[in-house]
Amino acid sequence: MNAAAPIPATGTRPVRLVYFAWVRERVGIPEETVEIPAGLATVFDLVRWLKARGENYATAFADEKILRAALDHVHAKPHSPLGEAREIAFFPPMTGG
Amino acid sequence: MTPLIRIQREDFSLQDEIDALATGRADIGAVVSFTGLCRDEAGTLAALELEHYPGMAEAEIARVAGEAAARWPLLGLVAIHRYGLIRPGEQIVLVLAASAHRRAAFEAADFMMDYLKTRAPFWKREHRADGTLGGWVEARADDDDAAERWNR
Repeated sequence: MNAAAPIPATGTRPVRLVYFAWVRERVGIPEETVEIPAGLATVFDLVRWLKARGENYATAFADEKILRAALDHVHAKPHSPLGEAREIAFFPPMTGG
Repeated sequence: MTPLIRIQREDFSLQDEIDALATGRADIGAVVSFTGLCRDEAGTLAALELEHYPGMAEAEIARVAGEAAARWPLLGLVAIHRYGLIRPGEQIVLVLAASAHRRAAFEAADFMMDYLKTRAPFWKREHRADGTLGGWVEARADDDDAAERWNR
Protein backbone atom coordinates (compact mmCIF):
# COMPACT_ATOMS: atom_id res chain seq x y z
CA MET A 1 0.00 0.00 0.00
CA ASN A 2 1.42 3.34 -1.07
CA ALA A 3 -0.77 5.88 0.70
CA ALA A 4 1.32 8.79 -0.53
CA ALA A 5 0.80 8.02 -4.22
CA PRO A 6 -0.56 11.08 -6.03
CA ILE A 7 -3.95 10.78 -7.68
CA PRO A 8 -3.53 10.77 -11.45
CA ALA A 9 -5.70 13.26 -13.30
CA THR A 10 -6.57 10.64 -15.88
CA GLY A 11 -6.99 6.86 -15.90
CA THR A 12 -8.52 4.84 -13.13
CA ARG A 13 -7.75 3.71 -9.61
CA PRO A 14 -9.04 0.73 -7.61
CA VAL A 15 -11.31 1.27 -4.63
CA ARG A 16 -13.02 -1.23 -2.37
CA LEU A 17 -16.75 -0.56 -2.19
CA VAL A 18 -18.71 -2.03 0.72
CA TYR A 19 -22.47 -2.00 1.20
CA PHE A 20 -24.66 -2.56 4.25
CA ALA A 21 -28.29 -3.35 5.13
CA TRP A 22 -30.81 -2.64 2.36
CA VAL A 23 -28.19 -0.92 0.21
CA ARG A 24 -26.25 -4.23 0.23
CA GLU A 25 -29.40 -6.17 -0.66
CA ARG A 26 -30.30 -3.85 -3.53
CA VAL A 27 -26.81 -3.76 -4.99
CA GLY A 28 -26.78 -7.55 -4.64
CA ILE A 29 -23.26 -8.01 -3.24
CA PRO A 30 -21.64 -7.06 0.08
CA GLU A 31 -18.45 -5.66 -1.42
CA GLU A 32 -16.44 -5.32 -4.60
CA THR A 33 -13.26 -3.78 -5.90
CA VAL A 34 -13.94 -1.35 -8.72
CA GLU A 35 -11.70 0.72 -11.00
CA ILE A 36 -13.12 4.21 -10.72
CA PRO A 37 -12.24 7.11 -13.02
CA ALA A 38 -9.54 9.25 -11.42
CA GLY A 39 -11.57 12.33 -12.31
CA LEU A 40 -14.39 11.56 -9.85
CA ALA A 41 -14.02 14.27 -7.22
CA THR A 42 -16.70 13.76 -4.59
CA VAL A 43 -18.93 11.14 -2.99
CA PHE A 44 -21.79 12.58 -5.03
CA ASP A 45 -19.80 12.12 -8.27
CA LEU A 46 -19.16 8.48 -7.35
CA VAL A 47 -22.84 7.87 -6.59
CA ARG A 48 -23.83 9.28 -9.99
CA TRP A 49 -21.16 7.16 -11.71
CA LEU A 50 -22.29 3.98 -9.91
CA LYS A 51 -25.96 4.64 -10.73
CA ALA A 52 -25.06 4.62 -14.42
CA ARG A 53 -23.38 1.20 -14.07
CA GLY A 54 -26.55 -0.81 -13.65
CA GLU A 55 -30.15 -1.02 -12.55
CA ASN A 56 -29.18 -2.55 -9.18
CA TYR A 57 -27.05 0.49 -8.33
CA ALA A 58 -29.73 2.87 -9.61
CA THR A 59 -32.24 1.17 -7.30
CA ALA A 60 -29.93 1.03 -4.28
CA PHE A 61 -28.95 4.68 -4.63
CA ALA A 62 -32.33 6.01 -5.84
CA ASP A 63 -32.94 8.08 -2.71
CA GLU A 64 -29.81 10.21 -2.55
CA LYS A 65 -31.13 12.18 0.42
CA ILE A 66 -31.28 9.10 2.63
CA LEU A 67 -28.09 7.40 1.41
CA ARG A 68 -25.09 7.61 3.77
CA ALA A 69 -21.43 7.10 2.94
CA ALA A 70 -18.11 6.64 4.71
CA LEU A 71 -14.56 7.12 3.43
CA ASP A 72 -12.02 4.81 5.09
CA HIS A 73 -14.32 4.32 8.12
CA VAL A 74 -15.17 8.03 8.54
CA HIS A 75 -18.64 9.45 7.83
CA ALA A 76 -18.75 11.56 4.68
CA LYS A 77 -21.16 14.02 3.05
CA PRO A 78 -22.19 14.08 -0.62
CA HIS A 79 -19.77 16.95 -1.26
CA SER A 80 -16.87 15.28 0.60
CA PRO A 81 -13.79 14.85 -1.64
CA LEU A 82 -12.96 11.20 -2.33
CA GLY A 83 -9.29 12.07 -1.89
CA GLU A 84 -7.25 8.89 -1.75
CA ALA A 85 -9.89 6.85 0.07
CA ARG A 86 -9.29 3.12 -0.40
CA GLU A 87 -12.52 1.83 1.14
CA ILE A 88 -15.81 3.56 0.43
CA ALA A 89 -19.00 2.40 2.16
CA PHE A 90 -22.65 3.07 1.36
CA PHE A 91 -25.48 2.37 3.78
CA PRO A 92 -28.86 3.58 5.06
CA PRO A 93 -29.25 5.85 8.12
CA MET A 94 -28.05 3.95 11.16
CA THR A 95 -30.43 2.24 13.58
CA GLY A 96 -28.17 0.86 16.31
CA GLY A 97 -28.22 1.54 20.01
CA MET B 1 -8.70 7.71 30.79
CA THR B 2 -8.87 5.29 27.88
CA PRO B 3 -12.45 4.44 26.80
CA LEU B 4 -13.21 0.72 26.56
CA ILE B 5 -15.10 -0.15 23.38
CA ARG B 6 -16.26 -3.63 22.46
CA ILE B 7 -18.32 -4.87 19.52
CA GLN B 8 -19.36 -8.44 20.23
CA ARG B 9 -21.89 -11.15 19.48
CA GLU B 10 -21.97 -12.39 23.09
CA ASP B 11 -24.07 -10.98 25.90
CA PHE B 12 -22.50 -8.83 28.62
CA SER B 13 -22.93 -8.42 32.38
CA LEU B 14 -23.60 -4.93 33.72
CA GLN B 15 -22.20 -5.80 37.14
CA ASP B 16 -19.03 -7.37 35.71
CA GLU B 17 -18.39 -4.24 33.66
CA ILE B 18 -18.96 -1.90 36.62
CA ASP B 19 -16.65 -4.06 38.75
CA ALA B 20 -13.96 -4.04 36.06
CA LEU B 21 -14.24 -0.26 35.83
CA ALA B 22 -14.43 0.74 39.48
CA THR B 23 -13.08 -2.00 41.73
CA GLY B 24 -9.95 -0.98 43.62
CA ARG B 25 -10.37 2.72 42.87
CA ALA B 26 -11.30 5.43 45.34
CA ASP B 27 -11.49 8.39 42.97
CA ILE B 28 -14.76 7.43 41.23
CA GLY B 29 -17.82 8.89 42.91
CA ALA B 30 -20.43 8.10 40.28
CA VAL B 31 -21.03 5.42 37.65
CA VAL B 32 -24.03 5.94 35.38
CA SER B 33 -25.09 3.02 33.20
CA PHE B 34 -27.47 2.72 30.28
CA THR B 35 -28.58 -0.68 29.01
CA GLY B 36 -30.55 -0.91 25.78
CA LEU B 37 -32.83 -3.95 25.44
CA CYS B 38 -34.54 -5.58 22.49
CA ARG B 39 -38.25 -4.82 22.84
CA ASP B 40 -41.29 -6.33 21.17
CA GLU B 41 -44.11 -3.79 21.16
CA ALA B 42 -46.62 -5.78 19.12
CA GLY B 43 -45.85 -9.31 20.25
CA THR B 44 -44.85 -10.22 16.68
CA LEU B 45 -41.06 -10.09 16.93
CA ALA B 46 -38.92 -13.24 17.10
CA ALA B 47 -35.61 -11.37 17.10
CA LEU B 48 -33.75 -8.33 15.87
CA GLU B 49 -30.80 -8.99 13.59
CA LEU B 50 -28.08 -6.40 14.04
CA GLU B 51 -25.73 -5.88 11.14
CA HIS B 52 -22.62 -3.74 11.63
CA TYR B 53 -19.64 -2.37 9.74
CA PRO B 54 -16.61 -4.07 11.33
CA GLY B 55 -13.74 -1.68 11.81
CA MET B 56 -15.80 1.46 11.38
CA ALA B 57 -18.12 0.56 14.27
CA GLU B 58 -15.19 0.50 16.71
CA ALA B 59 -13.60 3.59 15.15
CA GLU B 60 -16.78 5.68 15.19
CA ILE B 61 -17.71 4.78 18.77
CA ALA B 62 -14.12 5.63 19.77
CA ARG B 63 -14.54 9.06 18.14
CA VAL B 64 -17.79 9.67 20.06
CA ALA B 65 -16.11 8.50 23.28
CA GLY B 66 -13.21 10.87 22.64
CA GLU B 67 -15.66 13.76 22.27
CA ALA B 68 -17.35 12.80 25.55
CA ALA B 69 -13.98 12.60 27.31
CA ALA B 70 -13.07 16.06 26.01
CA ARG B 71 -16.37 17.48 27.24
CA TRP B 72 -16.71 16.01 30.74
CA PRO B 73 -14.14 15.14 33.45
CA LEU B 74 -14.56 11.38 33.11
CA LEU B 75 -12.67 8.72 35.06
CA GLY B 76 -13.99 5.84 32.96
CA LEU B 77 -16.06 5.23 29.84
CA VAL B 78 -17.33 1.89 28.50
CA ALA B 79 -19.39 1.17 25.38
CA ILE B 80 -20.38 -2.36 24.42
CA HIS B 81 -22.60 -3.00 21.38
CA ARG B 82 -23.78 -6.44 20.30
CA TYR B 83 -24.47 -7.71 16.79
CA GLY B 84 -26.18 -10.79 15.40
CA LEU B 85 -29.58 -12.16 16.40
CA ILE B 86 -30.96 -10.65 19.61
CA ARG B 87 -34.28 -11.78 21.05
CA PRO B 88 -36.89 -9.64 22.85
CA GLY B 89 -35.76 -8.95 26.41
CA GLU B 90 -32.09 -9.49 25.62
CA GLN B 91 -29.46 -6.77 25.96
CA ILE B 92 -28.21 -4.85 22.91
CA VAL B 93 -26.01 -2.04 24.15
CA LEU B 94 -24.27 -0.89 27.33
CA VAL B 95 -22.78 2.49 28.17
CA LEU B 96 -20.99 3.22 31.45
CA ALA B 97 -19.72 6.65 32.37
CA ALA B 98 -17.71 7.19 35.54
CA SER B 99 -16.75 10.48 37.13
CA ALA B 100 -16.03 12.03 40.52
CA HIS B 101 -19.53 13.55 40.57
CA ARG B 102 -22.87 12.44 39.17
CA ARG B 103 -23.67 15.29 36.77
CA ALA B 104 -20.78 14.60 34.41
CA ALA B 105 -21.50 10.86 34.49
CA PHE B 106 -25.22 11.33 33.69
CA GLU B 107 -24.57 13.76 30.88
CA ALA B 108 -21.73 11.77 29.32
CA ALA B 109 -23.82 8.57 29.27
CA ASP B 110 -26.73 10.45 27.68
CA PHE B 111 -24.42 12.02 25.08
CA MET B 112 -22.84 8.66 24.25
CA MET B 113 -26.22 7.04 23.61
CA ASP B 114 -27.53 9.91 21.49
CA TYR B 115 -24.50 9.69 19.23
CA LEU B 116 -24.29 5.90 19.24
CA LYS B 117 -27.78 5.82 17.77
CA THR B 118 -27.10 8.31 14.99
CA ARG B 119 -23.41 7.68 14.18
CA ALA B 120 -22.42 4.10 15.02
CA PRO B 121 -22.77 1.95 11.87
CA PHE B 122 -25.34 -0.62 12.99
CA TRP B 123 -28.59 -1.58 11.28
CA LYS B 124 -31.53 -3.50 12.75
CA ARG B 125 -33.77 -5.87 10.85
CA GLU B 126 -36.83 -7.65 12.19
CA HIS B 127 -37.34 -11.41 12.23
CA ARG B 128 -41.03 -12.05 12.83
CA ALA B 129 -42.54 -14.63 15.17
CA ASP B 130 -44.36 -16.26 12.22
CA GLY B 131 -40.98 -17.19 10.74
CA THR B 132 -40.90 -14.53 8.01
CA LEU B 133 -38.20 -11.94 7.54
CA GLY B 134 -39.40 -8.44 8.43
CA GLY B 135 -38.12 -5.14 7.15
CA TRP B 136 -35.15 -3.00 8.11
CA VAL B 137 -35.92 -0.73 11.04
CA GLU B 138 -36.19 2.88 9.86
CA ALA B 139 -34.13 5.62 11.45
CA ARG B 140 -36.11 7.97 13.68
CA ALA B 141 -36.02 11.73 13.21
CA ASP B 142 -36.24 12.24 16.97
CA ASP B 143 -32.95 10.36 17.38
CA ASP B 144 -31.32 12.96 15.12
CA ASP B 145 -33.00 15.71 17.14
CA ALA B 146 -31.71 14.18 20.39
CA ALA B 147 -28.15 14.15 19.08
CA GLU B 148 -28.46 17.66 17.66
CA ARG B 149 -29.39 19.19 21.03
CA TRP B 150 -25.77 18.72 22.22
CA ASN B 151 -24.69 21.26 19.61
CA ARG B 152 -26.97 24.02 20.88
